Amino acid sequence: MAGPRRISKRLLMGNEALARGLLECGCAVATSYPGTPASEILSSLVAWRDASGAKLHAQWAINEKVAFEISYAASMTGLRSAVSMKQVGLNVASDPLMSAAYMGCRGGFVVISADDPGPHSSQTEQDSRLMAMMARIPVLDPFSPAQAREMIHLAYELSETFSLPVMVRPTTRVCHARQDVPLQEPVRLDRRAAFERDPSRWAATPRHRLSLHKELEEKLEKLAGYAKSAPVLLNRAARTEERAVVVASGVAAAHGAEILMDLGLWNKIPLYQVLQPFPLHKEFIELLLSRHREVLVLEETAPVIEMQLADRWRVRGRMDGRVPCVGELVPEKIREILAVFAGMGAEGSETLAHPGRRPTLCAGCPHRAAFFAMKRAAPKGIYTSDIGCYTLGINLGAVDTCLCMGAAIGQASGLYQAFREDPNRPDLIATIGDSTFFHAGIPALIDAVVQGVSFVLLVLDNGTTAMTGGQPTPATGVGADGKPVGSVAIEAIVRGCGVRFCKVGDPYDVKDFRRLVREAVRFAREKGGPAVVISRRPCPLIAGRSAGTARGEVVWVDETCDGCGYCLKQFECPALAQDDRTGRVRVNPVLCVGCGVCLEVCPKKRIRKARPTGLEEAKGGASP
Amino acid sequence: MKTSRFQMIVGGLGGQGVLYVTRILADVAVRKGLPVLTTETHGMAQRGGTVVSHLKVGPFWGPMIRPSCADGLLALAAESAAVFGMFLKPGGWAVINGRGPLPEVLDHRRVFWVDADGLAMKLGSPKAANIVLLGYALGKAGPGSRKSGRGFFCSIEEVRSLMESPPEKAKKSKETAVLALEAGFAEARRQGG
Repeated sequence: MAGPRRISKRLLMGNEALARGLLECGCAVATSYPGTPASEILSSLVAWRDASGAKLHAQWAINEKVAFEISYAASMTGLRSAVSMKQVGLNVASDPLMSAAYMGCRGGFVVISADDPGPHSSQTEQDSRLMAMMARIPVLDPFSPAQAREMIHLAYELSETFSLPVMVRPTTRVCHARQDVPLQEPVRLDRRAAFERDPSRWAATPRHRLSLHKELEEKLEKLAGYAKSAPVLLNRAARTEERAVVVASGVAAAHGAEILMDLGLWNKIPLYQVLQPFPLHKEFIELLLSRHREVLVLEETAPVIEMQLADRWRVRGRMDGRVPCVGELVPEKIREILAVFAGMGAEGSETLAHPGRRPTLCAGCPHRAAFFAMKRAAPKGIYTSDIGCYTLGINLGAVDTCLCMGAAIGQASGLYQAFREDPNRPDLIATIGDSTFFHAGIPALIDAVVQGVSFVLLVLDNGTTAMTGGQPTPATGVGADGKPVGSVAIEAIVRGCGVRFCKVGDPYDVKDFRRLVREAVRFAREKGGPAVVISRRPCPLIAGRSAGTARGEVVWVDETCDGCGYCLKQFECPALAQDDRTGRVRVNPVLCVGCGVCLEVCPKKRIRKARPTGLEEAKGGASP
Repeated sequence: MKTSRFQMIVGGLGGQGVLYVTRILADVAVRKGLPVLTTETHGMAQRGGTVVSHLKVGPFWGPMIRPSCADGLLALAAESAAVFGMFLKPGGWAVINGRGPLPEVLDHRRVFWVDADGLAMKLGSPKAANIVLLGYALGKAGPGSRKSGRGFFCSIEEVRSLMESPPEKAKKSKETAVLALEAGFAEARRQGG
């Protein structure tokens, strides 16, 4: 692409680089729902927009399906648009995705779906490229932040050349890598929205769909020969008539290149990076199979390229067990695979990683207080839960299930029906975060009301989407740029769904809140139907200590603490730790936010409010 | 031309500022015109759990460091030294916040202990322990230190100048952070870095 002036290099996170690409390409409408590792794409785009003065609508949507539909409609009018999400978010958006592939688009439409091999922060290691294959749209697979920015340009070019949605699939090691990235000046497109009525396309009935499918297949045929997205030979010095060849995509290609150099194989084994894993270029497939006797494929996390190289006698990869089927393709694994492939033998560098410390809810987290009350109110209950920080309640024995966004409510309903005839029907308590409730909890709650399901729903309302960095929820009343937007109150929705018991409490008021949860449990047992308690207290991490979060309680543990460990196991506050020498629990004043909830936790009442003179004692306690 | 390569692991617990230290060093590299790659953990992988970032300065392709390949390790918590020690190459150096005992994985590595928490507390900014440790590491393994093997790609002056006038978009460090950097450096030199 000739023309646009290059400006100096900047250190950018992969997600910032993707957002930069969107800005440079003149994207006019961008939507997203937050999810690690994709969350920073939209917030970075807002920052780029505000710094450049570009006109662009960027918003958080209630969920990925709605986000997809908003951006897709903008593309129908000829504007460039984009939607970003994590891989499991694409499951939610898969319904419009499959259809949009048939209908195609007008303005360039880019779907960014970030995968999480490992998985580091997800329920699955699923490969979004398989979703692209299923929808039959092209997918690009960047190996670095710098390439991610370039691929947004390529994606818009493909999308407008073929009138198709195009997927860009970064992984965690691209999204959350940082690199010096060269930038370009944004283009000015000055397009105006225009909707051309064409029901046979935009509102196609099955009869038209068949012809749209045919068009789609013809587009894919051409995409499999499009020069600019063809695989690239990374090591031109390697003789291309070599017996063996390595084909890689995504970050595995980057690690592969580095390791071939370290092993002294850079000039011996050709390494191709596949930019567009689907559809794989036809000529490339022929070249590989006509010229090379052994082909090793390195890709994450499913054998997408490998499946398209259908010669089982020559292709090595996940399907013949040469590459492991699960887990991240970390460079040490790739090193071993490449060494064996080159006939060098394994080094046996199996280093067992130390497990490290598990994550936990932050000091002062209101979820911890809500969970503590819940366990006291219904100690023998079944606790269905959901996706968010509060999934960490698993450490506290407060999370029995976690399936997918919104499932806490649907699963509570299912458990209710399963135990319906049981005389010892257990109490059912579902916990769901505020953002997750909006995302996918509402239809399940309506269903529970209609079916008369008796359970308690605790909506953990901390006023933000905390786990992904504090994006607003539909109740927050601010947009992606921090400016005011409309808002919808959770209690209004709950009552509108037909729920008869709906009360709001502050989990920091430990005794009152426990009483409230008990009342809800009684309602569900005796009166029938869902009972909803909204546990409301801002996230201290996001809202900061200033926003009415801190209570300024100075707590200390008195000298009669016998180190029984009850508070550590049942409450697990990072600010409480056992002293190795004395065995007593101590308060770490650096971590303590002064919520004072732990005052109610010690059954022996040995966690105490500091006396005025006790302040120094408490402070001194942490650094002997 | 052989260009020098520098690989470092920064390990710690969520909230200790692992990413902040990594970000500063990566920005210094960009300012020096050196190619840089880092990778880090977010989301569920944080929240007080173990956090690690990889920093690679020089001509690299991928953002991750392989076991036994890192030149240096910055352990913001003593327990992180045991967790991430396996990344250090023989002869590599580790700078650890805390005091012994030495984890077995660090045999045959050069190990420096410093009470960065204590020094930060003395400065009245307990959360700046990460910067104290960085300053200390620059004193022990930066240019002009007595170490052998591969040390930092930058000097304390370059880090300080970046903290005082950061690139566009990055937040300016607080004055206390610069003091913390210097306090750590001075401690290393006092011990004969």
